[in-house]
Amino acid sequence: MHLIVIFTTGLIFGLGISISGMANPAKVLNFFDVAGIWDPSLGFVMGGALLVTIPGYRLVFKRTHPVFSEVFSLPGTQLIDRKLVLGSATFGLGWGLAGFCPGAALPVLSTGNQDVLIFMISLVAGLLVARWAISHQARRHETGPQGQ
Amino acid sequence: METEFTPLASTFGGLLIGAASVLLMWARGNVLGATGILTGFLSPQSSGDWSWRATILAGMMCGPLVYYFITGGLPAIEVPVSRASMIIGGFVVGIGVTFGSGCTSGHGVCGLARFSPRSIVATICFMAGTAVMVFLVRHVVGG
Repeated sequence: MHLIVIFTTGLIFGLGISISGMANPAKVLNFFDVAGIWDPSLGFVMGGALLVTIPGYRLVFKRTHPVFSEVFSLPGTQLIDRKLVLGSATFGLGWGLAGFCPGAALPVLSTGNQDVLIFMISLVAGLLVARWAISHQARRHETGPQGQ
Repeated sequence: METEFTPLASTFGGLLIGAASVLLMWARGNVLGATGILTGFLSPQSSGDWSWRATILAGMMCGPLVYYFITGGLPAIEVPVSRASMIIGGFVVGIGVTFGSGCTSGHGVCGLARFSPRSIVATICFMAGTAVMVFLVRHVVGG
């Protein structure tokens, strides 16, 4: 039952991405091209999503716990640091180059589109390199003072 | 490449994306962030943790197929950039979302809905980054 609900959730998300135009790099990039051939559609996607999530989350958080889990798994940190700011800005630069973001590209992998496939392979490569760099840095941080 | 303004379809698609996000929070208490789901799928903490991620990813990929059954066509994917931009862009996105702990779905939809200050800052930063890159590519380098 749990996994049927989760599958349906993914299905609704993937259908939403397909209908919204988020998986179309031409549309996404035109949203950011205010100085050129502007297409405001992407703003309506985010607006539509928030229209549901803002009241929807409020209702859900009235529960003591989720239906199939003991606790809500919300990000623990409140920290606004250089990593968050520079990481997000870097993501933006990449999004502006390719026109795909992760959530839009994942569902349309099933269309067999070559550009999506190439984007996803590069994305996973970048993800793994960044994770390696973060864990490498953390390890150096741990062993560093003792080594010196 | 010009594109048609689609306020109705885009709003409706957005409503569905929002509904899926609320459904996942209700069911499992997780944020529907593509970065987080994908990262956990690639390096799972436990088999139970992996199975829900694999299931939601499978559901996501069936979305375009449902779209096909309803409309008779696959969602339009028009790519106005070069292969090189796609490869470099994908790699840069992978690095950025890992350091920034999220992307458009996680920060932009789920985080903003919780009025999380971290997500508000992240969303402003990535929207600004995207706008800067599109401006550079189209009006400075390309123009």
